[in-house]
Amino acid sequence: MRPPPGTVLRYPPFSRFNHWVTAVCMVLLVMSGLAFFYPWLYWLTVFFGGGQMARATHPWIGVVLFISYAIMVVRFFRHNLPHRDDLRWLRALGHVASGREELVPEVGRYNPGQKFVYWANAFLILILLVTGIIIWDWYFYNWTTIEQKRVAVLIHSIAAFFTILVLILHVYSAIWVRGTMPAMTRGYVPVGWVYRHHRKWLRQEAELAAQGKPSAIAGAPAVRTDPR
Amino acid sequence: MTDLQSLNVIRISASDANPPQLRQNVEVAKLIDVTRCIGCKACQSACMEWNDYRPPVGYFNGTYTNPHDLSHDQFTLMRFDEWVNDEGDLEWLIRKDGCMHCTDPGCLKACPAPGAIVQYSNGIVDFIEENCIGCGYCVKGCPFNIPRYSPVDKRAYKCTLCSDRVSYGLEPACIKACPTGALLFGSKADMTDVANGRVEELRGQRGFPNAGLYDPPGVGGTHVMYVLHHADKPEIYSNLPKDPHISWLVQVWKGAYKPLAVAAMGLAIVGSFIHAVIYGPNEVDPHDVEAGRRMVDRRSRGVIPPRPPEPPPVSHVKPEEPVK
Repeated sequence: MRPPPGTVLRYPPFSRFNHWVTAVCMVLLVMSGLAFFYPWLYWLTVFFGGGQMARATHPWIGVVLFISYAIMVVRFFRHNLPHRDDLRWLRALGHVASGREELVPEVGRYNPGQKFVYWANAFLILILLVTGIIIWDWYFYNWTTIEQKRVAVLIHSIAAFFTILVLILHVYSAIWVRGTMPAMTRGYVPVGWVYRHHRKWLRQEAELAAQGKPSAIAGAPAVRTDPR
Repeated sequence: MTDLQSLNVIRISASDANPPQLRQNVEVAKLIDVTRCIGCKACQSACMEWNDYRPPVGYFNGTYTNPHDLSHDQFTLMRFDEWVNDEGDLEWLIRKDGCMHCTDPGCLKACPAPGAIVQYSNGIVDFIEENCIGCGYCVKGCPFNIPRYSPVDKRAYKCTLCSDRVSYGLEPACIKACPTGALLFGSKADMTDVANGRVEELRGQRGFPNAGLYDPPGVGGTHVMYVLHHADKPEIYSNLPKDPHISWLVQVWKGAYKPLAVAAMGLAIVGSFIHAVIYGPNEVDPHDVEAGRRMVDRRSRGVIPPRPPEPPPVSHVKPEEPVK
C-alpha cells in the first residue's frame, strides 16, 4: 500500500506485522494469565480449549511474545533512547494529559510517554520470561527449588500486573490521541497529526526530503521503509 | 466441579461458591506412631494395591528408602534415617511420608483450577484430577513437599487418605495393612487421646522425655499426625518441618495482592474513561493540518509533487426546509 501524498510513513509493513503479533500474544497471555490468577475469570480458559490447554499454551505464547517484542526492541532502539528534551516534556506532563499540546515542547519520533511504554515492556517482559521459565514445570521443574518457584510465581504475577497497567496506558493513549491508529493499521499518518504530536520528527523528515534524501514524507521521490 | 452430591465438601479450590455445609462429618485422622514402626513397607504395598499404581523399578541408592522419593505413582513412602543421639548411639528413624491433610491446606489455597482440590468435612484434602490443569501451583503451596506432577498425564497426585474407602466406612488401605499398630485411624479426637497416652508412656516408661504428638498448629493442625520419640527435633525424621506454615510468598500471592491488583487495574480503566470524559479526544485541528503542510512544503520546495485538490468540506448543517 503506497501512502497517499500528504501523509507521512510511520511504520512499514514488517513493523506493523511485528506489532500485531506482539499485541495478539499479549492479549492471549493476559486472558489465560488472568484466568489462572482470578477464579472468577477462569472461564477465559474456554478460549484456549479448557484449563489444561490454557496452561500448556500460555508459556509458548509467552516465548513468541518475547521473540516478537525483542525484535521490536532492537528495531526501535535508537528512537527510544532518552533525550535531553524529554525532561522538558515531562515537566509539561500536565499539559500533555489535558491535551494542550501547544504548551508542550516539540516531540521527535517518540515522546517520553511512548519511550516509557517501550522500556517498561522491555523490562517487564524480560522478567516475565525468566520467572515464567522457572515456573514452566513441564520442562524446567528440576532446574529450581520449590522456594525459588514460589518467589518466581509471585514476581511473575506482579510483573504481569504492571504489564497490564502499561497495556491499558498504551491502548488508551492510542484511542485518546485521535488519528493514531492508522499508523499501525495502514502504516502512515496525516501530516497534520505529525505536526501536532511529533513536530520535531516532521521537521527532520521534511529537511531530508528537501535535500532529496530518503524520507518518510509520502510523495517525495525517495521514501524510506526502514523503521527509522 | 467436583462431586458435591456427597454434601461433604467444605472447601473448593479457586471457587467463590459456597460449598454445601449440610453434612458435618466427624473429623478423622491417621495416627502414625513412628515409635512402633518396623519399616516393613506393608503400608506402601497396600497403597499401591488399593490405588492400583505401579512405579517403575528403580535402583539401590544405599538406603532402605525405596523408591527414593514420592511421585505421581507413589503416594506414600517409608523414609529411613540414621541419627546419632546425644549418647553416641545410632537410632534408626523411620517415617511414613505422605500428605498430612492440613486443616489449612496450602495446595488448595494455591490451586487456580475450580474444584481441582477439595476438602471434605471429615478433614480429608483430595485432588480431583479431572479438574486439574497441571500447573504445579499445589507443589508451591504445600509446606510439606507432597504433591507430585505426573509427566504421564500432566496432573498432580498425592495421598487421598483413601477418601473412597473412608466414605464407605472403611479404614485407609495402609492402616489395614500395618502389622504392628503403628498406623491407626479414627476420629481426630480419639487419635489425639491415643497419641497422648502413648506419649505419656514414652516419656515415663520408655526413656524418651521429648516424645510428643506432631499436629502442627501452623497449618491449623493436620489429619495425619505423628507420635515422635523426639518431637523437639522433627527435622531429624527426614526433614519433617518443625513449624510448617504456608509460605508467606504464597500467602501474599493468593492473599491481599489479588484484590489490590484488580482494584488498581480497574482504577486504571475507570480513570481512562474519566479522563476521556473530562478532556475529550485529542484531535488534530485545521491549524495543525495547514501548519504541517507548510512545514513540509517550505522545507521540500519543489521536491514533493503538488497535493491533490481538497475535497469540499462536509457540511453538517442541513439546508433549511422552505417555510410553507
